[in-house]
Amino acid sequence: MNASRLFTAALQYVFLATAAFLSIFPFIWMVISSTNTSIDIISGRTGIGEAFATNVGNFFAQVDVPLVFWNSTKLAVLATLLTIVVSSLAGYGFEMFRSKARDRIYALVLLTLMVPFAALMIPLFMMMAKSGLINTHIAIMLPTIASAFIIFYFRQSTKAFQTELRDAAKVDGLKEWQIFLYIYVPVMRSTYAAAFVIVFMTNWNNYLWPLIVLQSNETKTITLVVSSLASAYYPDYGVVMIGTILATLPTLFVFFVMQRQFVQGMLGSVK
Amino acid sequence: MAAGKTGGLKRYYDLNGWLFVAPSLLLIAIFLVYPILRSLYLSFFSGKGMMMKFAGFGNVARLWNDPVFLQALTNTVTFFVVQVPIMITLALMLAAVLNDDKLKFIGFFRTAIFLPCVASLVAYSVLFKSMFSVDGVVNSALLAVGLIATPIGWLTEPFWAKVLVILAITWRWTGYNMIFYLAALQNIDKSIYEAARIDGVPAWARFVYITVPMLKPVILFTTIISTIGTIQLFDEVYNLTEGRGGPANATLTLSLYIYNLTFRFMPSFGYAATISYVIVIMVALLSFLQFYAARDRS
Repeated sequence: MNASRLFTAALQYVFLATAAFLSIFPFIWMVISSTNTSIDIISGRTGIGEAFATNVGNFFAQVDVPLVFWNSTKLAVLATLLTIVVSSLAGYGFEMFRSKARDRIYALVLLTLMVPFAALMIPLFMMMAKSGLINTHIAIMLPTIASAFIIFYFRQSTKAFQTELRDAAKVDGLKEWQIFLYIYVPVMRSTYAAAFVIVFMTNWNNYLWPLIVLQSNETKTITLVVSSLASAYYPDYGVVMIGTILATLPTLFVFFVMQRQFVQGMLGSVK
Repeated sequence: MAAGKTGGLKRYYDLNGWLFVAPSLLLIAIFLVYPILRSLYLSFFSGKGMMMKFAGFGNVARLWNDPVFLQALTNTVTFFVVQVPIMITLALMLAAVLNDDKLKFIGFFRTAIFLPCVASLVAYSVLFKSMFSVDGVVNSALLAVGLIATPIGWLTEPFWAKVLVILAITWRWTGYNMIFYLAALQNIDKSIYEAARIDGVPAWARFVYITVPMLKPVILFTTIISTIGTIQLFDEVYNLTEGRGGPANATLTLSLYIYNLTFRFMPSFGYAATISYVIVIMVALLSFLQFYAARDRS
């Protein structure tokens, strides 16, 4: 009995340790490789090399780093804020003001979760081209602002919002938008934080739509830059690694600072 | 009199309801409802660039005679049929093991296994491409342990390229699914497991007969979102294969084919829109099927 218990425990640890190692290894590989030359990287060198400074230098020579970072940050932060404002208003509205018509429309909104982006991108591209918005960040943001998933997330979370607070505020003569702004938003801080993390990650990592719309170097994001560096005929993997590190650091940072909100945000969908 | 007053209140209440949801509905109408209908309309037209003419169901007929489309369809189906079950099983096993609070370093394991979700799709695809080069670190490791005798052409042989895509997606999303199971497992009373253990039920049987049935709704949910995600696979194959879906179209997915038809070559908007509707139909069909299966059993 005791021996078999021990055996099970050992098996569990081996299983977990293998999974953990495989999960972390690509991150370690990314850091190690940033110190190696391209040839060393594709021939599988696992030791720390001396090419880090050269790689960083080459990366800065090939990429306008401040501009690219500014593009990515501006896009991700603005799109995230707009998404959260618009979608939380809707989530609150659908839950607080129930009516048959709105419940039906809400069901339709949820149905849009199933619409694949591939079926939208051609008309969206034509629409943006006609409006002269190709190569602009506005074109990237517009289709992402109203998010069925975030509306759903806010509606689910609003169920926990105490209606007594709202009734009390109403007695005090607050208008509906004031109740939302001065009572709902502060009370739902953690919901907002979780939504921010999730939406920020999605926007920071957004790829296909920016790939279609952003065609000049002045508007490109870090994700697009990494992708184009790596798809060169002879990619310089040392330079590519610096790019992947820069592309990953912000999301890693957000994850470690707001781990709880991150997981809570993800799980919002199954509550 | 009283009725009139409630009527006024109701109207006020209703107006507010509409005002709160209006911005979202407006944006959804313009950037989601209109494009999806427009795609459907476009699918009845053929021609290149802006020179389009009505073709009826001509594009649908063209699908069956297009070997590249059939290949992309087969690849896409292969990816989700093989990958989703592997990943879901793996995620369930990890969650079951990690649900034991007496385990040491549990926080570390959870974070480590979840970490891949933080990597951007482009960044990890590029990393995998460098790790799986012919002389790369993965082949070196496999050779060193003696699992293989000659290096595997992960990026050059059609079969292995598919395996690489499956490995990559599994790496990225297993931890994501695991988190859902861990959260659901926390709602299951631990005493059930304790009782089963005292009765001498082995670990694997506890997993199959307690964990899996209890988690059925969550498993269903994650299977649906994973399948929908894999049907739309794009970022990974694009970045592993320089946008070509190679070798020999072995990793070409429907989304990548649509992209190539529209933005790489002289655009065939109508035909590409038709293929996008193949994805729409697949996603809709699978979602209904899975929901139906769940309802039937419970």
